[in-house]
Amino acid sequence: MKEILLLKDGEIVLKGLNRRTFEDVLKKNIKNVISPLGRFEITSAQSTIYIKPLSDDVDWDEVCERVARVFGIVSFSRAAVCEKKLEAVLETAPKYLEKQLKIAKTFKVEAKRSDKSFPYKSPEICAETGGVILEKFPHLTVDVHNPDVTVYVEIRDFGAYIHANPVKGAGGIPVGTGGKAVILISGGIDSPVAAYMMAKRGIKLTAVHFASPPYTSPRAEEKVVRLLQKVSLYAGPMKMITVPFTALQEKLRDDCPEELFTIIMRRLMMQISQRIAEQNDCAALITGESLGQVASQTIGALGCTDEATDMVVFRPLIGMDKQEIIDISYKIDTYETSIEPYEDCCTVFTPKHPRTRPVLKFVKEAQERAGFEPLIEEALQNLKITFIK
Amino acid sequence: MHYLDNSATTRVSKNAAEKAYEIMTEIYGNPSSLHLMGMNAEKELELARKRVSSALGAANEELFFTSGGTEANNTAMFGAAYAKRRSGKRIVISSVEHSSVLEAAARLEQEGFEIIKIDPQGDGIIHPGDIAEAVNDGTILVSVMLVNNETGAVMPVKDIFEAARDKNDKIICHTDAVQAFGKLDFSPKKLGADLLSVSAHKVHAPKGCGALYIKRRVRIIPRQFGGEQEKRIRPGTEALPLISAFGVACEEFDIVANGERIAALNRYARQRLLEIEGVVINSPENALPYVLNISAGRVRSETMLHFLEEREVFVSSGSACAKGKPSHVLSAMGIDRDRADSALRISFSKLNNEVDVDALCEGISLGLKTLAHR
Repeated sequence: MKEILLLKDGEIVLKGLNRRTFEDVLKKNIKNVISPLGRFEITSAQSTIYIKPLSDDVDWDEVCERVARVFGIVSFSRAAVCEKKLEAVLETAPKYLEKQLKIAKTFKVEAKRSDKSFPYKSPEICAETGGVILEKFPHLTVDVHNPDVTVYVEIRDFGAYIHANPVKGAGGIPVGTGGKAVILISGGIDSPVAAYMMAKRGIKLTAVHFASPPYTSPRAEEKVVRLLQKVSLYAGPMKMITVPFTALQEKLRDDCPEELFTIIMRRLMMQISQRIAEQNDCAALITGESLGQVASQTIGALGCTDEATDMVVFRPLIGMDKQEIIDISYKIDTYETSIEPYEDCCTVFTPKHPRTRPVLKFVKEAQERAGFEPLIEEALQNLKITFIK
Repeated sequence: MHYLDNSATTRVSKNAAEKAYEIMTEIYGNPSSLHLMGMNAEKELELARKRVSSALGAANEELFFTSGGTEANNTAMFGAAYAKRRSGKRIVISSVEHSSVLEAAARLEQEGFEIIKIDPQGDGIIHPGDIAEAVNDGTILVSVMLVNNETGAVMPVKDIFEAARDKNDKIICHTDAVQAFGKLDFSPKKLGADLLSVSAHKVHAPKGCGALYIKRRVRIIPRQFGGEQEKRIRPGTEALPLISAFGVACEEFDIVANGERIAALNRYARQRLLEIEGVVINSPENALPYVLNISAGRVRSETMLHFLEEREVFVSSGSACAKGKPSHVLSAMGIDRDRADSALRISFSKLNNEVDVDALCEGISLGLKTLAHR
């Protein structure tokens, strides 16, 4: 039996004249994730995307797993393709859905007829199909309100499709339709989740990581690569830029007051990230900050951090509890990697008593007195680029 | 390159590696096969068993090959506990055991056994009286390591077992001798051990192989079930390439000569290290000279480790990083958190010399000057 995958567009359908562009990006993103699995034809019509395999031996489970991670799809179903004739539909439906129908107790049929030249109207298709199913599976009863299985019969322009119980998609909007932004990634639990959340809103990511060897381990950087690989299953391929941060942190230790170490460090990170963002056509910065989580994430501290850049900063986790963040990290499978215990740049030279209510004026003065600019320039000259896919 | 992390693992000796290659490519039969190829393999297996058991001072039939030290320790702990579960529930161990003993004990505790953990005294050594005090009529197993893997402290295992048996002569005595094997002159008999674990890759043989000594007439319950290999104590086709290489490595032991050389190297290292301001020695005075635990200033272990790594000096952090817990061994010795956080473990093998120590000292003193302090 020939099968295809039917994907329902998400919010894209709300777009007006841009809709075509959005759909094209979505199709391209789908193609990128499934093309290693074989040759497919991807088309769209009537807010549905069709994935038709051009070869016979398709690993549908793997295709579905990958498609489930593509943003811009609300739901999808594997469907049987049959001839646009009522007899064909009546023959295919019970056969194709045998497994589901056998274990179900109740069902209903929904028909959609977008090809109005088809000689039967939707209610007729429903009645006929329901009849055959009841004949083949006499244990079933019809329940139109809360059925175990909903059988869909779609009569479209190019053929008839039969499927049941669609799977939930990743939601969101297609990556790449929301512009480009830089994600500051340390290796903890939060930043991969923040990256995932903004990718879900269509943003194409460039990752920036700060490394301070020998204070941080090469394994910390390698861990970030592995985290980004997990994120890229959703967010698509991306560039990771590693900033050599040792000299800046050492200067920070030598020339700044201890209680301001963290806050000035975060300002430096924002400033460097902004410059990298500008060089890479990115219009925003993304961080994994969550209000009140640590001393550097109080309102006062965030205010001081924010002032360091004039770019818009997205903080998708700002109002979330740690447990809510952890729940998402489990879902996107980054949690286990995040908790590997390597020192990262955020834990180097942590002050014993960080300021929770820093005064911007003093912070700026301390930073200016130390004079980081030459070291920032030097760091920007020595960026390391890794491609994540 | 200056490899000073030999308690983690060692370089495989050329002869041992060649033996493994020979077994893999020529004598590759299954020792259980009935044909000639199988018989030749079995001969190699028994030759290796003879070599390892004679290095250990045990009889051939008392030696059971395992996949390494961890499996030997697990087999000993569970095997003894299950075999004696009708005689009692108490198991006495030290608090500075390797994780493969500590975690096995933790699991046994969940299963209803009573685990008593004895701390070392300030000198890092487990004292026989402290163990004996915890042994009662319901005690079935005592397990104390021979040499501690973090500090090199040599435990008076013989006296410990004697004192324990004075309280209850039915107990099974196990010692984890992984760090002592090939470096210290001992035998299970001299120690009074019923069970004793060793590992191949700490003695210039490959990873993935070890052995458990089980004294004649001591009965333990196997952890794994299958064929008749290793008298059903450890079923599964023998890892003959590794086992034979282990045998060859044991032939190359020279405990006395190497011991003297390493003792001199350790003295040299202690002297040079103590010349550096901020370095303190954590290893006890009479520790096995192959292991030297120090704390360097107030620089985190992991930072110094990576700093030394850039200079091609490889050591171990004596403790987990700031995010983790400090070393259980050092804190059991009463060493404070700051000192434990900057601990480094230097461990020698017969392949090291003064040049390695010089590079280490140079790296540490440079590191203390340039690296930030906590």
